[in-house]
Amino acid sequence: MGAHQHDPCMPPSTVRLARFECIDGNEATARIAHACSEVVAIYPITPASPMAEHADDWSAAGRPNLWGAVPEVLEMQSEAGAAGTLHGALQKGALATTFTASQGLLLMLPNMFKIAGELTPAVIHVAARTIATHALSIFGDHSDVMAARTTAWSMLAAGSVQEAHDFALVAHAATLRSRVPFLHFFDGFRTSHEIGRIAVLDDDDIRALVRDDDVIAHRARAMTPEAPTLRGSAQNPDTFFQAREACNPFHDAVPGIVQEVMDELAERTGRQYQLVEYHGAPDAERVVVVMGSASGAVEEAVDTLVAAGEPVGMVRVRLFHPFPAEQLVAALPLTVRTIAVLDRTKEPGAIGEPLYLEALTAITEAMDVDEPPFATAPRVVGGRYGLSSKELTPAMVGTVFDELAAARPRRRFTVGIYDDVTHLSLPMDGTLRYRRPDGEVQAVFVGLGSDGTVGANKSSVKIIGEGTDLHAQGYFVYDSKKSGSVTVSHLRFGPEPIRSTYLVDDADFVACHQFGLLEKVEVLGYARPGATLLLNSPFGPDQVWEQLPREVQAAILDKGIELWVIDADSVAREVGMGDRINTIMQPCFFELSGVLPPDEAIARIKGSVETAYGRRGRAVVEQNFAAIDAALDHLRHVEVPAAVAGDRTMEHPVPADAPEFVQRVTSLLMRGDGDLLPVSALPVDGVFPTGTARYEKRSIAKQIPIWDPDICIDCGRCAIVCPHATIRMKVFDEAAVADAPDEFLHKAFRSKELADHRLTIQVAPDDCTGCGVCVDVCPAKSKSDVSHKAINMEPAMVHQDLERRRWDHFQTIPDLDRDLLPHDTVKGSQVLRPLFEFSGACAGCGETPYLKLVSQLFGDRMIVANATGCSSIYGGNLPTTPWTVDDHGRGPAWANSLFEDNAEFGLGMRLALDVQGEQARATLRRLAPRLGDVLVDGILDNPQESEPQVHAARDAVDELRRRLPELLDDRDVGTDAAHLLSLAGNLVRQGVWLIGGDGWAYDIGFGGLDHVLSTGRNVNILVLDTEVYSNTGGQASKATPRAAVAKFAAAGKGLGKKDLGAIARSYGNVYVAQISMGANELQTTKALLEADAWPGPSLVIAYSTCIAHGIDMSKSMSHQKDAVRSGYWPLYRFKPTTEDGLPFTLDSKKPTIPIKEFVSSETRFAILQRTDPERAAELAELAQADADERWRYYEQLAGVHRSVPTLHDHEEKR
Amino acid sequence: MVDLATTYLGFALRSPIVASASPITDRPDVARRLEDAGAGAVVLPSLFEEEILHEEIQLNRALEAGSEHVAEALDYFPTIEELPNAGDRYVTTLERMKAATSIPVIASLNATSPGGWTHHARRLQDAGADALELNLYHLAVDPSLTSADVEGRDLEIVAAVRAEIDIPLAVKLSPYYSAMAGFASQVVDAGADGLVLFNRFYQPDLDLESFAVVPRVELSSPWELRLPLRWIAILSPHLAGRASLAATSGIASGTDVVKALLVGADVAMTTSALLLHGPEHLATLEAELVTWLTEGEYESVAQLRGSASHATSGDPAAFERAGYWRTLHSWAAPHDLTPSSPSGG
Repeated sequence: MGAHQHDPCMPPSTVRLARFECIDGNEATARIAHACSEVVAIYPITPASPMAEHADDWSAAGRPNLWGAVPEVLEMQSEAGAAGTLHGALQKGALATTFTASQGLLLMLPNMFKIAGELTPAVIHVAARTIATHALSIFGDHSDVMAARTTAWSMLAAGSVQEAHDFALVAHAATLRSRVPFLHFFDGFRTSHEIGRIAVLDDDDIRALVRDDDVIAHRARAMTPEAPTLRGSAQNPDTFFQAREACNPFHDAVPGIVQEVMDELAERTGRQYQLVEYHGAPDAERVVVVMGSASGAVEEAVDTLVAAGEPVGMVRVRLFHPFPAEQLVAALPLTVRTIAVLDRTKEPGAIGEPLYLEALTAITEAMDVDEPPFATAPRVVGGRYGLSSKELTPAMVGTVFDELAAARPRRRFTVGIYDDVTHLSLPMDGTLRYRRPDGEVQAVFVGLGSDGTVGANKSSVKIIGEGTDLHAQGYFVYDSKKSGSVTVSHLRFGPEPIRSTYLVDDADFVACHQFGLLEKVEVLGYARPGATLLLNSPFGPDQVWEQLPREVQAAILDKGIELWVIDADSVAREVGMGDRINTIMQPCFFELSGVLPPDEAIARIKGSVETAYGRRGRAVVEQNFAAIDAALDHLRHVEVPAAVAGDRTMEHPVPADAPEFVQRVTSLLMRGDGDLLPVSALPVDGVFPTGTARYEKRSIAKQIPIWDPDICIDCGRCAIVCPHATIRMKVFDEAAVADAPDEFLHKAFRSKELADHRLTIQVAPDDCTGCGVCVDVCPAKSKSDVSHKAINMEPAMVHQDLERRRWDHFQTIPDLDRDLLPHDTVKGSQVLRPLFEFSGACAGCGETPYLKLVSQLFGDRMIVANATGCSSIYGGNLPTTPWTVDDHGRGPAWANSLFEDNAEFGLGMRLALDVQGEQARATLRRLAPRLGDVLVDGILDNPQESEPQVHAARDAVDELRRRLPELLDDRDVGTDAAHLLSLAGNLVRQGVWLIGGDGWAYDIGFGGLDHVLSTGRNVNILVLDTEVYSNTGGQASKATPRAAVAKFAAAGKGLGKKDLGAIARSYGNVYVAQISMGANELQTTKALLEADAWPGPSLVIAYSTCIAHGIDMSKSMSHQKDAVRSGYWPLYRFKPTTEDGLPFTLDSKKPTIPIKEFVSSETRFAILQRTDPERAAELAELAQADADERWRYYEQLAGVHRSVPTLHDHEEKR
Repeated sequence: MVDLATTYLGFALRSPIVASASPITDRPDVARRLEDAGAGAVVLPSLFEEEILHEEIQLNRALEAGSEHVAEALDYFPTIEELPNAGDRYVTTLERMKAATSIPVIASLNATSPGGWTHHARRLQDAGADALELNLYHLAVDPSLTSADVEGRDLEIVAAVRAEIDIPLAVKLSPYYSAMAGFASQVVDAGADGLVLFNRFYQPDLDLESFAVVPRVELSSPWELRLPLRWIAILSPHLAGRASLAATSGIASGTDVVKALLVGADVAMTTSALLLHGPEHLATLEAELVTWLTEGEYESVAQLRGSASHATSGDPAAFERAGYWRTLHSWAAPHDLTPSSPSGG
């Protein structure tokens, strides 16, 4: 038998004692990669970004590699750039690496082929992630690495945090010995983000495996003018093929080399790995073959079944390529009859998924010899599981073994979902129950992203895993919202190594850190009978029962739950911690779970606070100590009554009048029950309805803005800046409120155009995030109390019932006719219905107000190409989308392709629109004799420059659509009529908007964006410039300004930001505007209108405040204002003209405050004043000089005459 | 040649003109230029304990604000191993100032917590400060506090710091103590080696656009010297031999220095004039002082010092209450307000 039964966690006595640490898979990998590299070319992508960030942090702090040099860590403009840099560094003989995932890996493929073809030692570490297909997903599966399997890189799969650490080293060592590059991968999130207790390798371990001779040999092959060589030649049919075969011996040697390295690792650490490993009954008949983290769950299922006497086993594949066929066959028990190979990827069209095909081929070939290993060839079937981090539990694995026991197991199956369409799935109701080891404690914590729950739990894992002999595991689930996001922490502690690679659902301890979440999350679904429930509750032990939803009360009674409460919010407020309740809840967990003795727990928590916050200062440490000390005094046991009481219930998220799709599908996703949806419930092509965010009532604001009409001056600024479209402005005829309830507020509308109209400013109380931006910008103050404005933040609990009624009534009032007020004023734009509402963006987001405004101005006739990034996440991450429709059902049509290609993607839409519009016009002309000149000329001669003209065109097209069906049966024109009917929509002017952040526009998508500008085509490009990669956590882009600290610019960015506008202006025929809503809403509105009106390319660069700036987001707009007042962000519009003119208009005034005043209020700049005051002072001086120089340049530009050369006659002839 | 030497906090200084705490006195290059211009000593701007605490709490809040809220962005800033706070930066500055100049470098401290005063005082001494100036800047806004409470608290601080450090200790006072003479004496008894008179509080202003309270820094005017002149005149005879006295506020010219010395100050500290004209302006002050002394045929500053104090002035009442009504009566109405003569009616 090839079964190797050694437990990798139990060192033999000859091996020195290991040092244990609790870290995640990314850090475990990055430590080795950094130590083994000289050049690290990086680019952020979830879930691999933290590896690059660690490497950058360490190099920034001067941490040397194994040979004493500090690795060069450089962020590139894309993964393609990183791969190119990697390739170059390798050719010069450096030890080089990079980190990536998903589409990032795909961008590296061209260079990967080259690097392997040149037999160059290199390692790419991949946190394996789903490839975007019908949808993007940031979660884990093997679709990315499997797309790289033709590159000839060796592929090594780690299945746990310990393995990620160990195999990173195996990869770095084996690549140098074999000259074949290695792709080392592990499952995104499940392994990359799981915190586990691992035995860490030290420098001596690494040095022992990464042999100096191999390093020197690699250098000896480097390019040098002292011994010049030619590489990358072009070869012809005479030679290419043979040359391609010349590398065979190197690839053939890889499995042996990897095993050799693994054996050396075992000698040093006691952790023995095999290329292929068997686990289970020696006489197993049914075997599952699996690769990656799922092997943990499979192992638990196997142990459970073997204990019950079942002849089952499993094979773990560690080296995927070159596929260790011999080792696989040797690992299988001779008794095996049926084998299920599980793949975590999907390849429609292939006869099977890759691991299945490799395994099947290996077994088939092994049987095709004179003395085959098995008496009867085992039957091999293939199953898919775990796409996009879908859970694989021991119970599910049990159903796989059940299937293998069938007389004729299915050849293809899926596990973990319910497929009611192609019926491939195994039953969801598996009966296998895995019994966890004695002494293991499981705990689940439900909290908010903002309250510190996850941070506290990470600290608890470290406290237990590093401070005791217990093993520890932490895994954290976040929802997809950036504001009010719910986090669920899954923790396991125990005396045995933890193999469970799935969420906790049998918890001994459950904590709900936010009382309100009890109504939204089925918290006790995680609890085992008799578990302990800890609530952060504003209600004491005597009052809390009736405040619990009845469902929760019933679950407490059914499961015999022991209930405890603490008012952590009050304690946090008293000690000055604000919303952060982490260090108050943490001692309560230790107290109630009994994992550690109470005194020891408190001491260790304080120690962890010292470690975590010590470098941030005594004040922070003392504040946390005060919270810890106060915690247990406020913890109260609740005597659970015998019966359910009170009238609270869990919220029903969807109103009865919601669309069918929302009722059937979206509602389940919102409730967190998406796993229950069958295949048939989901769109086959990734196309979803818009207008769904309105059904997701999240009620996350603790304070909401309340309007005081007596003070309001009708300016509309609160509405225009609202990031979530939750402050609405309506102007209506007196008659519209004739029957309004008294509680509905309205006031006389100050307007020359619309006398006798009324105005209401209304908050949507359940959609508001409580960011406070509206109150910050409100200019109207009470004459008797300057702290009271026309809009004021008030406690939501007090006001929400009344405001809900007001909001309901507000929605019944019809929108004002769009033609009644000019759109180029704040008021005029804000009476327009937003078609972008209630997004999950961060509270106070600086990007969303621009999108909302664009949607108000052009939403009913716009198509959006949205680059991947924050805007594609809050814009298009299920369950809902903020993009919505008006009363006619019109609204923005939205699509996301990739990160790098958004400009080209949008251009394609434009081209389609243009050619189809031309075709429609030509057809319309041909049909003029039948349709009549009035209708046809009415459409063709309408320039559609103004909105009333567009409305007229729309009416005419409606008329056309009514008329065309009568021609369909006509022999002569029927075909034309049918085509025109399908193309008629293109006769109404549509705008194509290319939207994305600075990471897209300045970096990864810049080449495409530049090309699109050069085509002269009519596209509108909106760059939401946060000056940093916001979505992936604040990495520097080429928009990051001088003196700012960002990830990958930890020492403060030394060079100034790229002037993207200048590049675009250089074309001469591109409309370019730089805007900042907080500084000038009017200029913003004008620029967007002009961009839409300009018939060529338009580029609008919008200054967008971001949580990554480290600012008080309620003052988002004030920061925007200061950016302009200081000259940091001048406002301008460059309006190309065919006549001689002054196209450049500088819209902001000469700076009135120094740059220093602006930057000192933002953490991204201020942090450098702390870490390196001298460099900060130097860079600040340069930043001021940048601003001065820019202003001087722009002032001159404002006087420059330019025109777009145009052949007027030629144009007319066309 | 006139002898400008004076003694302050036990230091023999070549000149009585000292650069007081200001936004530029934390720059080593400025320290050198001040020394070159003839400064007797230099006082660093105050280290505010509140700034350290505020900075730590605020920065921590900003760094935590976006942490662990979405799967793609677990935080937004790079991990920074060391985050020096305002206190650490002050110590570095102090060390650089000491290295840049040979004149005494006096650190200045304003703390808020009892432990803070002593902790930071010790730290500044260890960092090489030649002397420490305690900046007792606070507003007694709590209506339940009496003047005795306030004074008692201040005296405790002085005594605690005195017990903590060995270097000379100056105390900078505000003019708002009700019994200044007695209190000044108690401060000296509590351990102060010198008094710096007076602290100028920045007074709030209102922005009429935003109605926000805005701090405005106004440079001092020469007339502001009159307050320290009075009190140094009164205190110098009492404190002679017990404590040094420094005049600050409104020292803008050599003649202002003369006035300060006349009433008994050991040094005259200048800030606004240097901010306005640069560190080299200190030489101008010295030149003016020397000219005045030469023209008056003084041989030394020592000769001049205290010659017109409360005790030695020919008109001591002028420094006291009597000065008040005399000042009022010295006001001459402008012409258009002068009552018309009966004949003109």
